[in-house]
Amino acid sequence: MRDSTSTLVSIRLVYLARLREAFASGGETLELTTEAPPTVATVVDTLRQRGAPWTTELAAGRVVRYAVNHRLARADQPIASGDEVAIFPPVTGG
Amino acid sequence: MAVRVQVEDFDAGVEIAKLRRGDRGVGAIAAFVGTVRDVNDDAPVTGLSLEHYPGMTERALESIVDEAKRRFDIRDLLVVHRVGALAPGDQIVLVIATSAHRRMAFDACEFAMDLLKTEAPFWKKERLTDGERWVEARASDDEAAQRW
Repeated sequence: MRDSTSTLVSIRLVYLARLREAFASGGETLELTTEAPPTVATVVDTLRQRGAPWTTELAAGRVVRYAVNHRLARADQPIASGDEVAIFPPVTGG
Repeated sequence: MAVRVQVEDFDAGVEIAKLRRGDRGVGAIAAFVGTVRDVNDDAPVTGLSLEHYPGMTERALESIVDEAKRRFDIRDLLVVHRVGALAPGDQIVLVIATSAHRRMAFDACEFAMDLLKTEAPFWKKERLTDGERWVEARASDDEAAQRW
């Protein structure tokens, strides 16, 4: 039983480019139970707890970009159930 | 359509003709074409594979085009970006701006490329003679985008 103050959110995660290869996955569904309103940073913290390669690729010093529902987002952006959260290296097109 | 993401090559002349067709208010056309170099960071490059984020890519490019149209007094703007396997010498990206006078066309073209380099979700992986490597983002690209 969840207590009344916690929130359960289910999001779709997408990994791209170098991170897709490092995680050997194009994405997954992630369920989070949090006390505070969840943000992109909540997701990243959850992934970091898995150990390598998550810990190393998402380490504080590594530059990683995020998008929520196909728009660039910062780590402090709130997320909600059903959101698509993408995690990727800085872009290199053009 | 102001933006296109495609595997196929493009013809800048054909695209310029299409973009200016029927608009006699156009007095200036600026175009930029980015191509695949055969060397990067002192290593010979035998090819590139370009990955993108379907769903976000078009939206990001459209947002850049909208912002350029808001900032600059231009008649029209087109962005075409290729994805998939490319060889040295191949064309990667095309930006065309049309305007009444040259300055706005030059500026809009440069603005669109600078934002594309930092905000559009494309990633290059280089094929080298002894393997592959993901291209690293350059700090100079961030600085170029920030000056706008």
